[in-house]
Amino acid sequence: MSQNPISRYFNEMYQGDAVRPPYRGLEDWSRDMPAEFRDMKQSEAEALFRRIGITFAVYGEGGSPDRLIPFDMFPRVFAADEWYRLERGIKQRARALNAFLVDVYGRGEIVKAGRIPGRLVYQNEAYETAVCGIVPPKGVYSHIVGIDLVRTGPDEFFVLEDNCRTPSGVSYMLENREIMMRMFPQLFQENRIAPVETYPGLLKRTLASVAPKKCDGEPRVVILTPGHFNSAYYEHSFLADMMGVELVEGQDLFVEGDFCWMRTTEGPKKVDVIYRRLDDPFIDPLCFRPDSMLGVPGLMNVYRSGGVSICSAPGAGVADDKAIYTYVPDMIRFYLGEEPILKNVPTWQCAKKDDCKYVLENLGELVVKEVHGSGGYGMLVGPRATQSEIELFAAKIRERPENYIAQPTLALSTCPTFVEEGIAPRHVDLRPYCLVGEQIELVPGGLTRVALTEGSLVVNSSQGGGVKDTWVMAE
Amino acid sequence: MLSRTAANLFWIARYIERAETNARLLEVGARNALLPNTGGGYRNEWDSVLAASGTASAFRDKYGEAVQRNIETHMFFDTDNPSSIASCITGARENGRIVRTALTGQVWDALNTAFQELQDFARTERSRLPLSDLTDWTLRTTSLIRGAGLATQLRNDGYDFTNIGHYLERADSTARLLDVKYYVLLPEVSFVGSGLDNYQWRTLLRAMSAQRAFSWVYGGEITASKMVDFFVFNPMSPRSLMSSAEGALSHLERLARSYGRSTPAQNAARALVEQLQRMTIEDVFDEGLHEFLTRIVGEVDALASVVSGTYLSGVARCD
Amino acid sequence: MRLKVSHSTSYSYEPAKSGLIQSLRMWPSVYAGQKIIDWRVDIDAPSVRRGASFRDGAGDLIETVVIRGPVEQVTVRVSGEVETQDLSGILRGHVEKVPPLAYLRASRMTRADPALAELSADVIASTGGGLDAAHGLAAAVAEAITYQPGETESDTTAAEALALGRGVCQDQAHALIAMAHCADMPARYVTGYLHATADGTLHQASHAWAEIHVDGLGWVGFDPANRCCPNDLYIRLGSGHDAAGAAPIRGMATGQGAETLAVDLHVLDASQQ
Repeated sequence: MSQNPISRYFNEMYQGDAVRPPYRGLEDWSRDMPAEFRDMKQSEAEALFRRIGITFAVYGEGGSPDRLIPFDMFPRVFAADEWYRLERGIKQRARALNAFLVDVYGRGEIVKAGRIPGRLVYQNEAYETAVCGIVPPKGVYSHIVGIDLVRTGPDEFFVLEDNCRTPSGVSYMLENREIMMRMFPQLFQENRIAPVETYPGLLKRTLASVAPKKCDGEPRVVILTPGHFNSAYYEHSFLADMMGVELVEGQDLFVEGDFCWMRTTEGPKKVDVIYRRLDDPFIDPLCFRPDSMLGVPGLMNVYRSGGVSICSAPGAGVADDKAIYTYVPDMIRFYLGEEPILKNVPTWQCAKKDDCKYVLENLGELVVKEVHGSGGYGMLVGPRATQSEIELFAAKIRERPENYIAQPTLALSTCPTFVEEGIAPRHVDLRPYCLVGEQIELVPGGLTRVALTEGSLVVNSSQGGGVKDTWVMAE
Repeated sequence: MLSRTAANLFWIARYIERAETNARLLEVGARNALLPNTGGGYRNEWDSVLAASGTASAFRDKYGEAVQRNIETHMFFDTDNPSSIASCITGARENGRIVRTALTGQVWDALNTAFQELQDFARTERSRLPLSDLTDWTLRTTSLIRGAGLATQLRNDGYDFTNIGHYLERADSTARLLDVKYYVLLPEVSFVGSGLDNYQWRTLLRAMSAQRAFSWVYGGEITASKMVDFFVFNPMSPRSLMSSAEGALSHLERLARSYGRSTPAQNAARALVEQLQRMTIEDVFDEGLHEFLTRIVGEVDALASVVSGTYLSGVARCD
Repeated sequence: MRLKVSHSTSYSYEPAKSGLIQSLRMWPSVYAGQKIIDWRVDIDAPSVRRGASFRDGAGDLIETVVIRGPVEQVTVRVSGEVETQDLSGILRGHVEKVPPLAYLRASRMTRADPALAELSADVIASTGGGLDAAHGLAAAVAEAITYQPGETESDTTAAEALALGRGVCQDQAHALIAMAHCADMPARYVTGYLHATADGTLHQASHAWAEIHVDGLGWVGFDPANRCCPNDLYIRLGSGHDAAGAAPIRGMATGQGAETLAVDLHVLDASQQ
């Protein structure tokens, strides 16, 4: 493996010709690994993933719903001090996002202070008037905040987007680690790697800490899934198992009196906290979409009268909108009186005339995203697009400018990755999962996604991305 | 446990048992059809199998005449038929997928492998799949799934619901298989006690994998009385109605103990067991074998409804 | 004025439903124009469980009703007396937490089409903004959509009603909301009771109108059906983005049965009795 010194991308393993300290434990391991051994391990990993049934289905792509996300065995490593800074930045952001949510569903001080346009908030599709005036237990709307980060240099981190609703992928963080420990135990003996296995326990503690006031005794927590046809069903059942809670569908719950109940073989049991993996419109046909078959009729009334907690709270999505994203640094200053530790990627809002003009003139250098899009769909990566793709996108932007934002194409860092020819750098990003309840917690690690195609900057699993184990070195 | 989870486990068991019943029915039909023309001719034997499976009219609508190849398609491959072996295995695996984490790896592997092999069959040239291979595969597969559960599943309430499913479906299955005889006999009552009659009983024993067991218990000639005793009353016979009813009752009682609460389901199961204990072989013949079996199928079905209403639907009763 | 209300809504199911849940929004709004003397909401059905009650962000009192099956019939009975005052439609002293800007978002029912946008633009061009514009929009709706029952359905949209040119109070309110949105004025749907129409004929059903948020005045009601602003003949119950969101009774039943609805409503002048 050699590093191309003229590459404009930061390779996280190297500094000049020297191996950076956090990666030192991997130098010999990767260099001395015979190709046959590597192939054997790779197929072993695949077999393990298939055995535990961790698969991923992509909506609208057809094909097998039982597809595996490719796993790359080369870990992505952070030094303890690097992580310390990230951790502070992530927690700061998660606190500010929650403060924002309580505010915009309450007095709206940030709007009154003119720090963010009211229309951007209140006319947002994710703004839910049904929860206006509600302060959820412990003042938390978003209990699991997934913050997508990219790196462009040794000290350069940027937040790409926030996920305040129900960020997925945490089961990969845990399973990737599990499989690495099974396959390469000696790596874990030789290196002091901070554990991530505490996540399910912390998640359960976080959820229990936001039980409603009306709940006396040990809160009963459940996970609400849309069902086994959902692409993330594996993760839902995995988390339920790891936390030792029931995995329920809407049909398993019902409302009566002041509470929500679960149908069990021993009769109804009161449910106190619902970790829902269901989007807002489907939660309650009596309040939102009347045709939803996935939700629980009357659940919102129980929620609003304080009989049950819903995590994340309905309406939390207004904080992770791509148009709101631009204002997160302002939120941090406004609510916390602190300077943001993590930077935003500079963002042009096509809704603004000047910005839109700039974007249209520079499409070839920019990444353009839909405001409400996700999963890497509806996205233009300027430098890798053809002229006709650019023209097509320009037309879309002109038609509905408010639907698009643009960002510079970032020089995403790379991490050594096992490829056909051996080991080569591939672009990576990172999604850590911050838990917000009575306390705010972050396990040292996250989901590293890797763009397996040479030169590709799109890491989404639906677009040919893979995953890696993410190490944080203990001090 | 969640009512829905219990229902999924209950249905995995019922589907597995039902797939097995279909395989056994197919075996009976194929065997009986090997005999030369007797009164009703070949067609008759297959009609009786269809009637016993409870899918005769659906079959006629789709296929018309009851010839072996169509029956095989209908009872093994056809997913339009909700009780075909393909439907049952798919249904069992789908239910298993939903409660994946309530199953041990071995049980899931057995279910999943069965499903994958079924897909392979569907891609295989039919001429390369003789009926005996299909029925052998089904019996082997269902045994493997059941055995994996027996050996590895936690003995909790889920285990009880699984077994209640097995026993209720098995009672239904035995009643239906015995009833095949009724349909076959229907055209010519004079065959009773004849060589043909004997041959059909033997076929039934073979299909239930019970030839040797029967000889050990009764010895000598096969008679209708012995057969009814064996398949209805004898608690030694693993597929008898009595064994099935007692099995269901014992798991229901285990549930009542662990939940600390008895329900109408225990009473209904006890009533069924007590009824079988009171009755004699003569009572069955007095009532008419077919009438008796039809009634029992109804009562087993009613018991399943009570179990379902009590435990599997999570009926609202907030304290 | 003292208004006495007696309102019963009966749902019959054939065959019986196995269960039923309702969210009720049937209590008079608390604001300067209404003083509640007495108000009861009763549910006639076997095995009724009421609970999960709260005041929502728009200021409406909500209660949840669950009925165990089998349910053949449920009757929701409202009875009470309210002292009303004519505030020219202004919703003074109403406590609510939803910011007016949140009422600029259209629902499927209130989405403007080019015809609604054009009609709105015409009014704005001639009236300017503010209260005059709001009055102008309400008058334009009354002209464009004639009050005529039986021509539209409960899921007819504002655009469809305008194209048809006829409709009921629901359609007129939806159209007014859509046109207000086009003029960048927050607007919402309101339900309530009406003692009598302006010409003195008795109004037999629950009534609905729209509210438009006017700078300096706050929320102001407009009733295109009667070409006026709600006065002391009106009792205001609740609001929402559209008819479905503001519905006094929102319910869901489990089971196959067909539903038959019977309504009996009297809004009387208490002093006339």
